[in-house]
Amino acid sequence: MEAVKLNFQDKTNKALGINEEDALITKTYMIVAFTALLIGGTLGLLQGLNRAGLLELPVWFNYYQVLTAHGLLLVLVLTAFFTIGYFYAAMSHSLGGLLPKVRKMAWIGFGMKIVGFVMAVIPILLNQATVMFTFYPPMAASPWFYIGLVFIVLGVWMCAFGAFIQVANWRKNNKGQHLPIISYFATGVFVLLFFGSVPVAIEVLYIIPWSIGWIETINVMLARTLFWAFGHTLVNIWYLTALSAWYVVVPKIIGGRRFSDTLTRLVIILLVIMNIPGGFHHQIVDPGITESVKYMHVFMSLAIGFPSLMTAYAMFSVFEKTARKKGGTGIFAWFKKLPWGDVRFLAPMIAMIAFIPGGAGGIVQSTNQLNQVVHNTLWVVGHFHLTVGTTVVLTFFGISYWLVPYVSKRVLTPKINKLGVITTLIWTAGMSFMAIAMHWVGLLGSPRRTSYTTYADNATALSWDPYLMFLAVGGTLLMVGVILQVYAVVHLMFFAPKGETEFPIADVEDNASKTPMWTESWGRVVVLLLLLVAMGYVIPLVEFIGNAPPGSPPFQTW
Amino acid sequence: MMHKDEKIWLTLSFGLIMGFMLITGYQTLVLGMGPPSGMDTIDPQAVETTAPFDEPGVYQIGENEYEVVMTLQVFSFDPGDIEIPAGSTVHFTMTSKDVIHGVQIAGTNMNAMVTPGHVQRITQTFSEPGEYLMLCNEYCGTGHQFMATTITVK
Repeated sequence: MEAVKLNFQDKTNKALGINEEDALITKTYMIVAFTALLIGGTLGLLQGLNRAGLLELPVWFNYYQVLTAHGLLLVLVLTAFFTIGYFYAAMSHSLGGLLPKVRKMAWIGFGMKIVGFVMAVIPILLNQATVMFTFYPPMAASPWFYIGLVFIVLGVWMCAFGAFIQVANWRKNNKGQHLPIISYFATGVFVLLFFGSVPVAIEVLYIIPWSIGWIETINVMLARTLFWAFGHTLVNIWYLTALSAWYVVVPKIIGGRRFSDTLTRLVIILLVIMNIPGGFHHQIVDPGITESVKYMHVFMSLAIGFPSLMTAYAMFSVFEKTARKKGGTGIFAWFKKLPWGDVRFLAPMIAMIAFIPGGAGGIVQSTNQLNQVVHNTLWVVGHFHLTVGTTVVLTFFGISYWLVPYVSKRVLTPKINKLGVITTLIWTAGMSFMAIAMHWVGLLGSPRRTSYTTYADNATALSWDPYLMFLAVGGTLLMVGVILQVYAVVHLMFFAPKGETEFPIADVEDNASKTPMWTESWGRVVVLLLLLVAMGYVIPLVEFIGNAPPGSPPFQTW
Repeated sequence: MMHKDEKIWLTLSFGLIMGFMLITGYQTLVLGMGPPSGMDTIDPQAVETTAPFDEPGVYQIGENEYEVVMTLQVFSFDPGDIEIPAGSTVHFTMTSKDVIHGVQIAGTNMNAMVTPGHVQRITQTFSEPGEYLMLCNEYCGTGHQFMATTITVK
């Protein structure tokens, strides 16, 4: 067993570089992801300036249109394209190249997503779909917006099925072996992407005939619940993607070993099975759901915190062990032995540190009473910019400094590394200004998703203005960060010196215990996932359908 | 294989989550501080003709106790500009005539979703005099940023 594993590791490490055709998939996905970052980031800046009262947006491109596009570009396009591009490269690397069939599926999926995206964005630009990325009915956008979303979901499914075929093929040819860890992460992510997007697919298929006018009314709470079954799963998918780099890539970059393989796999399994019902905590202050069902969901949401707390230990253990091996001493002095000047470490490291307050804020929001204080205020937006905007996005930036040269057969130069360090610091400063101010002003009551207003010069609202100014400051810094990051990606993709870059995967410890075989049974994981989804959703859905009020007709309120 | 400090950390982590659960449960089930969870339904297209929403307003129902029957619609609260004496407990009974709205009173813990088809209920005691800003915190259309009113506590 040991010999086989070594042999396999050798093989993958020797096969430096990546098959040209597989590389093209990842390169294309990365170009789309970082284009979305550039446009979405620019829109973010406009929003921040507006919210601070410094910029009036024109009627033909108003705040809510900008916000809808900003959200769609960053939480859907940037993250989804990055994740899929990254994991397809990871599977190509660790499973011995993509199957031609799978490659084709990645391209079909790509095409469907782009078509879907164009279909969704045109009505946004025409102000026909200013419904935000939550698109809560009975606000009704142009049917084309929803049809576009269907195509995006179908494209994602195509990529998920491609991944399943790739993994199944490897397992057939490598019976009795553990799936390489990075592909194990990919499997978890694609399982969640598929099952998490089923509810939103059902929701959208049911909105389309209503928005066209074929059916008159819609069940508002049912739609809202289906949305959140997907909505929070989605953000945890990006988080799981970031985790893969923390557990597998970062230890290699700092010259260490991976933490327990069993624990890593267990964390993935836990995050996959517990995730979907966790989305219900977005509905803690909704009507139509009993307090006891809400209480059960508080538990389901909080439970997701546990694997994250396990991760916190695992990461710092790896850092300490590695630093001490390099001669680090003291309680904290070993920190200095970590490669702070290496962007491939610095960016994910700051991402992890940001997740300490980010995760704590998440736990806070999952409980009834605390949620009621901050629900729908700027606090939530601050939380989101810490967790997704900082934790996930900075990890993605960190990954890009080796992944992009790996697929473009180029190398990271010290100059671009230095630029990356500067970008990371600017990003951190920008997000800190924004997230801290948002958390604070949210506690004071400032609402989210609201264009600049003083509510007729209300004294309370006026007292929020100084905090909102930090949104403009943060947004400006972040725009600089976006430009530098996009420049670095373009450089690494097309202009950096030719050479071979490694896909960094850390080895397990020498004395590591054997990973139990039950971790390989994905069938069981999926059954558990479905059981938990049933536990979380059967009662509320039956309630919403059985005790449904008369439905709502469509409204266009913008 | 697990180190002692790892066991301590995991025990603390588990304890933290259970602690949050116990406190939330105690507040919800014993102290009756559960989240707003109005369970009545209503025809969202017939709000104006359905009691009590056919007559929105402020009603005194006891000493220092008021009921506010309120409809939310783009982009206003009905009734707006409410006045009540300090120390009053106010029971809000609310529904939406059109899209989803969120109601929040800055500086208090009052925060709830108001969705069409449902009657939402939430109670707030106003001990301190002052002018409270009540606003919509769920995007509801182009005039969302104007959807606000005040509660004056005398």
